[in-house]
Amino acid sequence: MAILSKEEAQAILKKALGFSKADECEITLSGNNGGNIRYARNEVSTSGAEENVSMAVESRFGKRSGVATINEFDDKSLEKVIRRSEEIARLAPESPEYVELLGPQKYITTKEHFDSTAKIDPAYRADAAAKSIKAAADKGLTAAGFLEHYTRFTAKMNNKGLFAYHPSTVVDFSVTMRTEDGTGSGYVTQDFSDVSKLDTGKASQIAAEKAANSRSAKALEPGKYTVILEPAASIDLLQNMFYNMDQRNAEEGRSFMSKPGGKTKVGEKLVDERITVYSDPTNAEVPSAPFSGDGRPQQKVVWVDKGVVKNLYNSRFWASNKGAVSVPPPSNIIMEGGNQSLEDMIKSTKRGILVTRLWYIRSVDPQTLLYTGLTRDGTFYIENGKIMYPVKNFRFNESPIIMLNNLEALGKPQRISGSLIPPMKIRDFTFTSLSDAV
Amino acid sequence: MKRRNFLELSALGFGGLMLPSIPVFGDIISPERALEQVDPALKKRLADVALNSAKSKGASYADVRIGRYLQQYIFTREKQVQNIVNAESYGVGVRVLANGTWGFAATSDVSDKGIAKAAEQAVAIAKANAKLQKEPVQLAPVQGYGEVSWRTPIEKNAFEVPVGEKADLLLAANAAAMDNGANFVNSALFQVNEQKYFASTEGSYIDQDIHRIWPNFTVTAVDKASGKFRTREALSAPMGMGYEYMNPKASEKIKGPEGTGLMGYRYAYDMLEDATLAAKQAREKLSAKSVMAGKYDLVLDPNHLGLTIHESVGHPLELDRVLGYEANYAGTSFATLDKWKTKNFKYGSDKVNIFADKTQPGSLGYVGWDDEGVKTKKWDLIKDGTLVNYQAIRDQAHIINEPESHGCCYADSWSSVQFQRMPNVSLAPGKEKKNVDQLISGVDKGIYIAGRGSYSIDQQRYNFQFGGTTFHEIKNGKIVGPLEDVAYQSNTQEFWNSCSDMCDESDYRLFGSFFDGKGQPSQVSAVSHGSAHTRFNGVNVINTARKI
Repeated sequence: MAILSKEEAQAILKKALGFSKADECEITLSGNNGGNIRYARNEVSTSGAEENVSMAVESRFGKRSGVATINEFDDKSLEKVIRRSEEIARLAPESPEYVELLGPQKYITTKEHFDSTAKIDPAYRADAAAKSIKAAADKGLTAAGFLEHYTRFTAKMNNKGLFAYHPSTVVDFSVTMRTEDGTGSGYVTQDFSDVSKLDTGKASQIAAEKAANSRSAKALEPGKYTVILEPAASIDLLQNMFYNMDQRNAEEGRSFMSKPGGKTKVGEKLVDERITVYSDPTNAEVPSAPFSGDGRPQQKVVWVDKGVVKNLYNSRFWASNKGAVSVPPPSNIIMEGGNQSLEDMIKSTKRGILVTRLWYIRSVDPQTLLYTGLTRDGTFYIENGKIMYPVKNFRFNESPIIMLNNLEALGKPQRISGSLIPPMKIRDFTFTSLSDAV
Repeated sequence: MKRRNFLELSALGFGGLMLPSIPVFGDIISPERALEQVDPALKKRLADVALNSAKSKGASYADVRIGRYLQQYIFTREKQVQNIVNAESYGVGVRVLANGTWGFAATSDVSDKGIAKAAEQAVAIAKANAKLQKEPVQLAPVQGYGEVSWRTPIEKNAFEVPVGEKADLLLAANAAAMDNGANFVNSALFQVNEQKYFASTEGSYIDQDIHRIWPNFTVTAVDKASGKFRTREALSAPMGMGYEYMNPKASEKIKGPEGTGLMGYRYAYDMLEDATLAAKQAREKLSAKSVMAGKYDLVLDPNHLGLTIHESVGHPLELDRVLGYEANYAGTSFATLDKWKTKNFKYGSDKVNIFADKTQPGSLGYVGWDDEGVKTKKWDLIKDGTLVNYQAIRDQAHIINEPESHGCCYADSWSSVQFQRMPNVSLAPGKEKKNVDQLISGVDKGIYIAGRGSYSIDQQRYNFQFGGTTFHEIKNGKIVGPLEDVAYQSNTQEFWNSCSDMCDESDYRLFGSFFDGKGQPSQVSAVSHGSAHTRFNGVNVINTARKI
């Protein structure tokens, strides 16, 4: 029941819409079916499965709107949820940000659903955990890891003629390995739409190697260093930047994209000219839904082209209010890179620090997009093209804007958290103190 | 069946929440339905169905939680209500021990059949996982309490107050901010009611009705000419109280330091007064002096220090973290068992007495019994600066030679498995009579920090960097003016050992976290931290101003 086909979803949505007496009505039907397994101290600690289907109905009378949800789909329940949303709408104040619902839309097709992932069962999960634990135990290490997977669908229909349907799958895996004496720690994370690309045993080798090689780290003085940020290290900073390119915040003067006098930085060079970032739901490595949460079509959108800001995203209200092109938030983040592998990038580094992961990243100043956080689970000193020794973790204070201006080199992009990000070599990355944490 | 929705708030401007999204569980309901209660006699009968079927399938221990979780969240900006969320989540979670191993299953089908099936499933999972278990689970003994009940001692149930009245209060606070120089203001009121029924094979049937509330806002001031903007967060606290917290009372106000205009709020908040001051301070911040980096004595407001305690004492003393169960996500802890065993590990100076307490009235963690039927209590974590204890639940107590659980087990939903969560962790006030002006009068070169800002700490809780929402410079014992671009960086042990003085109990108040995250899949919990104004000597302060 949790995962409905396009035809099944369409039939339920049509029936529900038939009960509507509102001026406008839009119904979203979504479901997921998933499972997870968690392990620590080289044994499984918890595992679970969940499934859920739910329907959200928005009814509108004029500029008044009400939302109700339900998870039963017999005729009586469908009528009940429609009526409830209508009652709530009648009592609601008029919205000053009302925009008429979208009519029929043309969506591109994206392939984000893979049978391989939809078929994951408890036996697969146990085996995936066992392979990871074995990689740790073989080297005398202790593993703590987590694997979770989902099969999902989203369908949307309204009384203006819009219909959308998209099925998807995803699997997320991460493991932290620690040496028994607690002086070394390594990490790896991978996520895919197609689980056949995931080998938890092989991935775990990377964490194991980093843990074993990071024993007895040396302390370096904090300061400005050339760093190689693996995609798992840079992803959060980049997401914090690109998911905050909201036009309204920028025009209201409260964003890193704002300029004096209510202007924005669109059209300006913001970062190094080798930086090009776009979204593309059809990308085979990081496929995503062809429509946004409010039903707007998703397609390729360039956010930064050769260092110049090209687009900000907006709400439908803000776009119509400002007479701007309607641009939904990013469907994914794809940063163009080069062909160099991580090893090549290390080889070409005279002095620098390899960073596996950044942790506990918190905003310090939204005006400059300054963030603080720490390196974690594999930080190494590089000299003359070679990893020389592990170093103690650092706290950083850095803005992704400054970071992308101090670019030295880009490697081959790889998938991380649903985005495609290259390893990056950055000069003058600001480390402000040392941490004893392993 | 699990129902978990996330309300995206990142674009709403709630910088102070430090969350990408606010978790909302359950179905949307009418406000009136929130006032209904499930009959305890029915819950007892259903609980017995779970316990009996678990035992009949071979469980040596079983507990069941029949939970109805209610949330009402109201969001506004400037003159408009943006969103009102009324959600209900109702279901049953069954946890069992079979073959020495835990098993858990949950269902939203609250019928005899649905509950029996969940109990069977939990036993089957326990038996399957037993093959991977190295040592059987050991449970600390607990008394069976029979049929008992407990309710947060509230004066006015927030869910009984009409939504319109609450929205009007937020809009009035917004208007106060806008009239006093704000360019933007986002405000919110979070209200939670957990109606929880717990029963176990130990012989307890515990019915609890728990209430929490949190008013909050972020005021933004923009200087159009320069393009600069600054925010000021509310100085409210999330509380384990009813709507009475929203009615200002002069007796619950504590005047802030001379020269700051600040006001502290104990068990009643004055949102209009705070919003008015917030707007003025947000504007003031636009032209405040940028801090010179260096060593300063810090005087920390309880409304800021609460989260410093949370991050640098609360989390590192969670026993599951210490043992490595959270290694892949939140991390482990520097406060290892060998340090504790020495009995002389100086976590802080002699002035530092930090206690855990699940019985503090008004606190977020205040309940009668925890989520595994253990009666709640108070215990010491740090005594005269020395680490003396951790936070442990029934299956951990034996590891630290405790005869019983500390009673700090919690699950954020009937559908989540309960595990060790942080109790209220608070810093005891000073014994000597002292107000904040007297505390500041002894500081030659210092900074006074109030409110919540950015909090970042490493995965073993050594190195941290914290900010606040307002900063004032202290020179020769007096506040001389506002500062900006302030953050302090320290090491947990060094920091607490630099604690030199604090105000007395008349200055003591609670702060806390309404949405503290832990575990994979992540669960939220709410926890309070009490303290009086406290002084720390020679802390490293950095300047956070940058140009892009």
